[in-house]
Amino acid sequence: MEQLLHFFDANKEAIFVIVLSVFLGIEVISNVPSVLHTPLMSGANAISGVIIIGGIILLGHADLSKFTLEVVLGILAVLFGTLNVAGGFVVTDRMLEMFRKKKRN
Amino acid sequence: MTQYGQIILDFSYLVAAILFVIGLKLLSKPESAKKGNLYAAGGMVLAMITTLILHKDAHGKGIPLENIILIVTVIAVGTVVGAVVARRVKMTAMPQLVSFYNATGGAASALVALMEFSNPENSSTLVTLLGLVIGSIAFSGSMIAYGKLDGWIKDWLSPAMKYINIIILLVVTALVAYLMVAGDPFMDAEVLVYILFGIALVYGVFFVMPIGGADMPVVISLLNSFTGIAAAMAGFIYSNQAMILGGIFVGAAGTILTVLMCRAMNRSLINVIIGAFGGGGAAKSDKEIGTIKEISLSDAAVLLNYTSKVVIVPGYGLAAAQAQHTCSELDKLLSESGVEVKYAIHPVAGRMPGHMNVLLAEADVPYEKLVEMDDINPELPNTDVVIVIGANDVVNPAALDDPSSPIYGMPIINAHEAKNIIVMKRGMGKGYAAIENYLFYDDKTRMLFGNAKETLQKLVSEIKSL
Repeated sequence: MEQLLHFFDANKEAIFVIVLSVFLGIEVISNVPSVLHTPLMSGANAISGVIIIGGIILLGHADLSKFTLEVVLGILAVLFGTLNVAGGFVVTDRMLEMFRKKKRN
Repeated sequence: MTQYGQIILDFSYLVAAILFVIGLKLLSKPESAKKGNLYAAGGMVLAMITTLILHKDAHGKGIPLENIILIVTVIAVGTVVGAVVARRVKMTAMPQLVSFYNATGGAASALVALMEFSNPENSSTLVTLLGLVIGSIAFSGSMIAYGKLDGWIKDWLSPAMKYINIIILLVVTALVAYLMVAGDPFMDAEVLVYILFGIALVYGVFFVMPIGGADMPVVISLLNSFTGIAAAMAGFIYSNQAMILGGIFVGAAGTILTVLMCRAMNRSLINVIIGAFGGGGAAKSDKEIGTIKEISLSDAAVLLNYTSKVVIVPGYGLAAAQAQHTCSELDKLLSESGVEVKYAIHPVAGRMPGHMNVLLAEADVPYEKLVEMDDINPELPNTDVVIVIGANDVVNPAALDDPSSPIYGMPIINAHEAKNIIVMKRGMGKGYAAIENYLFYDDKTRMLFGNAKETLQKLVSEIKSL
């Protein structure tokens, strides 16, 4: 119990962010027409590529003088994260392109 | 100076987080969706650039130039590859591509967590392990989903699967608990972490393996929220607000989207995960089954051309045959001769929610013609002809009146209420739920067997020659 309270105290800012983000996420998605479910899912997927920031930090402070596992996996993490971000946003854009095109007609 | 850098960095994360939220909000309306996507992308680019320039490690050391060069190079390669593949891929392959990119995000989270576990300055063991486990499941699960959607992995359902999955989950929990309690890094910790990594990957495979076609959208959405949560866990390691907020936000949005989809099929999430849909066996019903009646192409052409209102119900068969353009051609042809044509879109038709909308949009079908299930159902009794193209379970009346049916209670498009029904189907195979569809035996129903695209093409030329 005491440990739990300590955990809460040590991480209270983060816990607030989590709780509010959860409500925000639910709120933003709740009234979406099913037409947009696929682009929305794809857009959310691209945002989850925010892990790229972690990859940048990891590889950014890695010691490049030695060719270590850390460097290799760091490069992979940045590469995968970039694929998620770039691919995700471009796919979403392409889906939406079609919605706009036919709107003009 | 150092301090200012940190403040600017934090501030840029705040701006990025706001852009993510506004972006997703704008994405939820058709008019502003494209702008929303750009906003979110802008937020991401901003956070990436400021991190690269301003991030300091625990000793206040910035990112060295050579690391920056390496990172920028890797990002450039990733961007080119990601963007080119995303531009080139066929519209029908969109769902698997989204799944693939989701897998890469999960992999990135798992790798970051794996590396950070052995970093002595990282004291947050629990979130690191959670990030590793969730990221790995998201990765291997999404890869399997990708393979299934792409057709090179088949469903594999075995009754033992349920128990195997529970056992794996227990092992994972036990390992995480052990690594937590064991506290200070000890000799075998790293080995155990790699074992945990491996088991989590295997779990992702087993998790998605038994889940069949129609449930794929739900699983992808769920895995998408996993990737978000994994990114947030990694965010805790670095106390990085942009990652925490972005990740949790996507996690929550993905989860609620998953729940919405389950609700559209009237199934519980647990049910989807255990995969009880196909496993429950066929519906036991003593209902009288009529006979199948076929229609010739020329009769179908006449029926469609000299009528006033047609509703098209597209399903996975349309996507699989890539028949959206031919379908749109039929629509234009009929519209020109004064027939009112609309599309009835079931929320889970196709392989992703909204999949049909995207496909039909690609084929230049006007947005206004795509009508959602609840709005089209009241119009169906006054509809002259309903054309069901490669859809099955979403028009099965058993969902309404047969309590013994596994899909009983699922909202459907009430195609059976229309005056005439034409069903285009490859053969008499059953739908994903593996149950008999009484709509096909209805007195008002006529079948047109064959590949959706070819049948539509023949139908179009038949109507042209009238």
